[in-house]
This record gives sequence, structure tokens and C-alpha cells, in this order.
Amino acid sequence: MPKLNMVQAINLALKEEMQRDNSVVMLGEDVGRDGGVFRTTEGLYNEFGAERVIDTPLSESGIIGAAVGMAVYGLKPVAEIQFMGFIYAAIDQIFSHAARIRYRSRGRYTCPVVIRAPYGAGVKALELHSESTEAFFCHMPGIKVVIPSTPYHAKGLLSSSIRDPDPVIFLEAMRLYRLFKEDVPEGDYTIPLGKARIVQDGKDVTVISWGSMLQRTLQAVEGYDAEVIDIMTLQPFDEETVLNSVKKTGRAVIVHEAPKTCGFGAELSATIAEEAILYLKAPILRVTGYDVIVPLPKLEDYYLPSVERIRKALEEVMKY
Amino acid sequence: MTQNNSGAIVLLMAEKIIESFQVKRIEILDEEGNVDESLMPSLSDTDIRRIYELLILARTFDQRALQLQREGRLGTYAPILGQEACQVGSAFALEKSDWIFPSYRESGVYIALGYPVHMLFQYWAGDERGLKTPDTLNILPVSIPVGTQVLHAVGAAMAAKYRKDRAAAITYFGDGGTSTGDFHEGLNMAGVFQLPVIFICQNNQWAISMPREKQTASKTLAQKAYGYGFEGLQVDGNDIFAVYKATEYALRKAKQGEGPTLLECITYRIFDHTTADDASRYRPKQEVDAWKARDPIRRLRLFMEKKGLLTEQYQKDIEEKAKSTIDEAIKTMESLEPPQPGDMFSYIYEKPSPRQTKQVKDF
Repeated sequence: MPKLNMVQAINLALKEEMQRDNSVVMLGEDVGRDGGVFRTTEGLYNEFGAERVIDTPLSESGIIGAAVGMAVYGLKPVAEIQFMGFIYAAIDQIFSHAARIRYRSRGRYTCPVVIRAPYGAGVKALELHSESTEAFFCHMPGIKVVIPSTPYHAKGLLSSSIRDPDPVIFLEAMRLYRLFKEDVPEGDYTIPLGKARIVQDGKDVTVISWGSMLQRTLQAVEGYDAEVIDIMTLQPFDEETVLNSVKKTGRAVIVHEAPKTCGFGAELSATIAEEAILYLKAPILRVTGYDVIVPLPKLEDYYLPSVERIRKALEEVMKY
Repeated sequence: MTQNNSGAIVLLMAEKIIESFQVKRIEILDEEGNVDESLMPSLSDTDIRRIYELLILARTFDQRALQLQREGRLGTYAPILGQEACQVGSAFALEKSDWIFPSYRESGVYIALGYPVHMLFQYWAGDERGLKTPDTLNILPVSIPVGTQVLHAVGAAMAAKYRKDRAAAITYFGDGGTSTGDFHEGLNMAGVFQLPVIFICQNNQWAISMPREKQTASKTLAQKAYGYGFEGLQVDGNDIFAVYKATEYALRKAKQGEGPTLLECITYRIFDHTTADDASRYRPKQEVDAWKARDPIRRLRLFMEKKGLLTEQYQKDIEEKAKSTIDEAIKTMESLEPPQPGDMFSYIYEKPSPRQTKQVKDF
């Protein structure tokens, strides 16, 4: 079984899905001849041609709007936005059309689009190249939001996202792109959307995280009997797995790199409070980015939740 | 740099023209019903009668929609009065395989394509079920955000091209729409990929209270196509033959792989922007009256009278027929079972999320 990093795993998923279904097409800036600025689409232009791996003008709203048109026509477009910070130019198309064409047309038209975007801080990038605004998209009914944390899961979740009948925002942590390799099977396997995974069992505290923060979370829980959940799909999220775990451990810590206020941790926290407060032994704590603009490289390490900050939260909840 | 006699700044340089363009205008039918026979599209007498009947039906629909809104039986409605030729004339040229991406002021397009009339009323009465396009048509629900639908036509045209289907995508928008980013991104992509798409701008002179000259400093909207490397034409939008001919031409080009066309149809929004607007606040009555005199339906009627295609009896019959079609549609619309509250949960996703399922249960 090949050992792949996340870039290679994503590339393999794209390739296999395009081989499997000729209605899958890809479009975005530099995705064709250049193979994508992170090389996630490398080799696909040569294999599938310029009509299926479409180098578009520099036009984010154009990319997503065209993808919506392709999808209602019957294709399954995978659109790439080069960095998450540039998706804002396409928000109107995502919220006003992709999210609601199924609803508005009572199912006559659907929008099985996947919008891929690299996200997150920690790679010493330029301004607006480090955004983690996944919660915006979770707030819009009609959209699904998926964030993988390992190469294996990236492939399985991307295959599922491409086959999904609804629009999916698929966010790829740049920090994880080449961080490590793991076994990623070739061929058909999928990981269902809407399901979280328990990365490790534990009895004392539930720690919930996703994407780029999962690695740090796993380092931070060493020495604790912690149950770690990789949420994987944020919208719709797997309430059952979260609640069962918290009911068992009685403690919950949520780790994400986005700013705290109205981050997805707020939704998890509120859900736990609504559904499982009587099982709780300690306050629910969130370890998150600060309520600031993601700083440039000189300060970004201070911005991101560190292993120490996560450990501090664990110490805090274990006092109860 | 220097200044000329009138004080304007002039950049002195060698005279080397590297690009130029001309904007052509198509006119066939004048205000008195006379046509330039050499330019007439090939339409049979039956076709012309059918077009006339669709115009009457569209206008009857529009008038009744306004009336129903005033009576509280419809919600806010965007009327088409004065723009019927742009809509019916272009839609009449389309083929079954074509895909249509309208704005919110397109009742005439839907009617000309045979969209069930009661469903149009149903939508404007506040019931999403009216937006479910029948399987036999490829028209999208109206687009509320201005200009956004332009990109969907571009995407559909890309898909048609990839599938090697003999289909074109047609999108409708107004003069205001040409100021949006999506309009420009759409035209740009269509030009780059030479897509089978027709951009139909109904330049009705007003975007709510903003007159055409405040949308753009360019002399025509048609010329914007040249900035994106393809042809733009201006069309007398109250001349149904010109609109039909321009659309037919653009469609043929699209299907022969000759790329996109922008049609700027010059027309006028006779009524308010919507039933929630009062246009008398911002535009002079004389201007509206002048445009009323250029009414597109009157023009065609004068032509048909001259050709002996229209008798008093025929006129009476088709008005009667339009009225009964609309009456019947209103009756059907108002006799429908109201939507169930639980319907709001349907069609958000293919399958409801666990949380939605719980919300339905607790409803």
C-alpha cells in the first residue's frame, strides 16, 4: 500500500473519481497545466485534457458561478479556490445559488459541486492565505462542510464529497499537506460524510478537534485518559458521537484554530450544554485562535492554539 | 503631454491603431408597423400570429398579476410591461435543447416557453412549488440577486460544450446587471472559452431609480462584448422581428462553435420596478409617455393589419382566449392545497440532516 502525504492522497482521489465518472470535471486557477499551486491536481490535465481540467481566468465568483451552471446541467464539478481567503469573492454564488437551488427548484435542479480550498495558518504565508472561516459555511443550510485531518481520511472524504448530491466545501489544511505520510489505499473506498471518528478512546475527557489542529490535540492529550474526536464533517455534524462521548467522560474541550467568537466550537459547546449538561463535571472549554485577524508569520505561532494551551485547558477541566 | 485649444489634456504619440470596433444596431419594424422586407426573418404567418398571441398572453398575465397584487392575492411582483417583445421574441427563437437563465423580470420568457402559467402566479404568491420547472423545459427559477445568473449560463455552456450537446445557454439581465462583477466575469469566461452562450440585456433604461447613463459611462452596453473579445449588437427591443432575428443569429453562431454574443435590446420599463416601488418619484411622466407610444405590441398589430393577418374578430378572440387562460391559471393557483409547514425542510439536502429530522419531529 502506498504511503502518501495529503497532497498525493487528494490527487489520487481526484484522479480515481475522474476515471470512475466522466461527469466529474475540475476547474480553477492554475489547476491544469501547472497542476495546482500545491500540486494537488498534478498530472490530471495530461490524463483528462483541457476540457475536463479547466484552467480558468482569475475569477473566483466566475469559477463557482460556472460550477453551479455546470452542476445544474448535470456535471459534477470540483472547483478549486486557490486559498480560502479568496473564497469571499464567491460567497454570493455559494450562499445565494449553490446552497439553495435544490430547495428553490423543489429538487428539479441540484448542485453536486465540491469546492476545494486550502485553509489555515502555520505555513508562513501572505495575508489572507491563512484563513480558517469554516463556520461561515456551516451557518448556511444547504451546504456541507468537510475538513480532513490525515491523508487517508482526505482521500476517503474527498471521494464521498464528489459523489455527494449536495454542495460540499472541502477544506484542506495547508499545514498538513506535506507534514506526514501514511498508508493510503488505491482504489475505491469512501468515508461517509456526517460521521465523526473516535481517534482514541478515553474515559476522563472528550477532546474534539478537526483538520490542522488534530495533530496538536493528540500531542497535548498524552498522559491523559482522553477520548479524542475528529469531527471531519462540520455540517451536518455527528451529534450522536459527540454526545455519547461527553456523556461518558463528563468533560469536553474543543480545539480549533478559527477565532473563538461564533467559531464552530460555539455550536459544539451549545449542543453539549443543551443535550448533556447534566452529565458534565466541568465547564466546557474552547481552545481557539484569538478574536483577531490571523497575523503575519512573525506572530502566527502565537495565534494558533499550542500544545501548551490545549494542555492548560485539560488541566483546568480535570480540576473538577 | 500638452493641452489642446479647449484646454483638454492631450497625450502626443504616433498614431497607431491596434484595435477598433463598431457597434451595429438591428431594426426591422418601425413604430408605424412598416418593415424593411430585406431584413425580415423567415417567419410564417402562423408563426407571426403565434408570436402575437404570446405577446397578448404575456401582457394579460402581467396586468392580472399587478391587479392580484393590489388585491393582496400576490406578493411583490416585478412587471414586464413594455418589454414583451424582448422576452417573447427571443424565447420564440430558442430550441428545446437550449438552457435559459432568467432574471426576476422575465414572465414573458416563461410564458413563451410554455411554463405553466398557474405556477408563475404560485411563485409570486409566495409558494416555492411554483419554481419547480417541468421536466420538459430547461429554464431555471428566476434569479433574485442581480447579474449572478450570467455565470450559470456560462457554466451550462461549458457543460454543453464538454458533452458535445447541440445546446446553447441564454441568460437575461437588465442594464443594472451590467454593472455587477458577475456580468463581467461571465462575459470574460465566455470569451476565453468561446462558449455557446447568448447574453440578452434588456436595457429598460432604469435600475429602480438609477437611469441607464448612471450605470456606465460607455455609449452602448453592446460594446462591452468587444472588451471580452466577442460580438455585441444593439437591437431595437420593441421591434419583435429585430429581437427574433438577432437571437436566431446568435443561436446559430453559438451552435456552430462561433462563440458568444451579447445582445443589448433597447426597451423601456413602463411600470414601476416592482409593486413595492413608485417610479413617479424619480422619472418624468413625459419620458414614460414617449415610450408608451413605441409600444411593441401595437407595432406588431399595425404590421399585421397591413398584411391582413389581423381582423377585429381575431383580435377579440385572442384577447378572450388570453383572458380565459389567465383566469383558469388563477383559479388553479388559488385552489391548490397550501404548502405544508414541513415542506420548508424538504430539498435543503437530498436527505435531511439528523438535526433537521429532529426539528421536523419537534415542529
